[in-house]
Amino acid sequence: MNGEAAPPSGQSDSHLTWYLRGFREVVSLPALILASSFVGFAALAQGAGFTLFEVVFMTATIWALPGMVVLAGAVIAGNSLFVVALAVALSSARLTPMVVSLVPEIRARQTRPWVLYLLSHFVAVTSWVVAMHKVRTIPRDYRTSWYGGVGSSLVILNMIVVSVFYLAARDLPPVLSAALLLLMPMYFLTSLWSSAREAASKVAMVLGLILGPVFAALIPELSLLVAGLAGGAAAYVWHRFRTGRAAP
Amino acid sequence: MTFDAIDAWWWPFFFILIAGWLATDSWRFLGVFLGGRISEDSEALVFVRCVATALVAAVVAGLILTPNGALADTPILLRAGAAIAGFAAYLAAGKRMIVGIVVAEALLVGGVLWG
Repeated sequence: MNGEAAPPSGQSDSHLTWYLRGFREVVSLPALILASSFVGFAALAQGAGFTLFEVVFMTATIWALPGMVVLAGAVIAGNSLFVVALAVALSSARLTPMVVSLVPEIRARQTRPWVLYLLSHFVAVTSWVVAMHKVRTIPRDYRTSWYGGVGSSLVILNMIVVSVFYLAARDLPPVLSAALLLLMPMYFLTSLWSSAREAASKVAMVLGLILGPVFAALIPELSLLVAGLAGGAAAYVWHRFRTGRAAP
Repeated sequence: MTFDAIDAWWWPFFFILIAGWLATDSWRFLGVFLGGRISEDSEALVFVRCVATALVAAVVAGLILTPNGALADTPILLRAGAAIAGFAAYLAAGKRMIVGIVVAEALLVGGVLWG
């Protein structure tokens, strides 16, 4: 279930302790907000005719809400396997830079690669934001265990959440649904700003907010990738000028 | 080969594995491969963080401006206004996330109920 490497040197208690501390992040504001977003997905998938097991399987294997929404939408539209895979892949490419920036923070010298590959499955916006926010308060040797706890607790929680709300399948009042759907972006807005490592990340955030809708209107299929690359590159150039070195 | 193409219990799960899991975790595995070659205080990582942050921000803008479900039925100015006011409240309250979230939600619900 978990992704930590229990070392042979009898330190497994400590790794278990840090795994459980990570697991405790399941009782937190970010986890609550993520769970309410999965309530919305359960309602959407149930309405679209997916079975309960398919919805839970999607949650566990894809573990990225935008990708899951794209998959459900493309299946409803009757697209073929290849087209659906391509659409999901486009929506999930944003995960690569998130994993790249997280890996150097959580790995210790003795961390084995397979542990990182296993843990990378947990990387989605919420656990990434939580990790970037808190990882530097965790002892280096236990960061993989801690992140395994954070990630697996969120996956398990939301597998339960989608099951319960798929079965309940109650229609929420529209104003409550709308309020639930605004939670996620508000949480991302504020936590991105709080977890910014340097001023350049704040510049990147503002540029992404502006460029996202612009490129969505111009090139809908690639808008996230292009907005991320263009906004990120511009913020990085700003960072280089600001720190007094030559721009690349 | 659509989701309903083969009438077998395993086909939808196979479909989800290929079109969902493989299409998503490939990017994560690529991230581990690349991230393993970058040191924590490298300049390249600043660039990667900027790209990741801008990407997530673009997702956020989409969730507010072109949402799904019941949020799509609310006026766009109400959604955007509530989000901007919420973010301003978060900054004014000394970066307390809960303040920003509560202010945005209150404005949205108030606007829907009494707008």
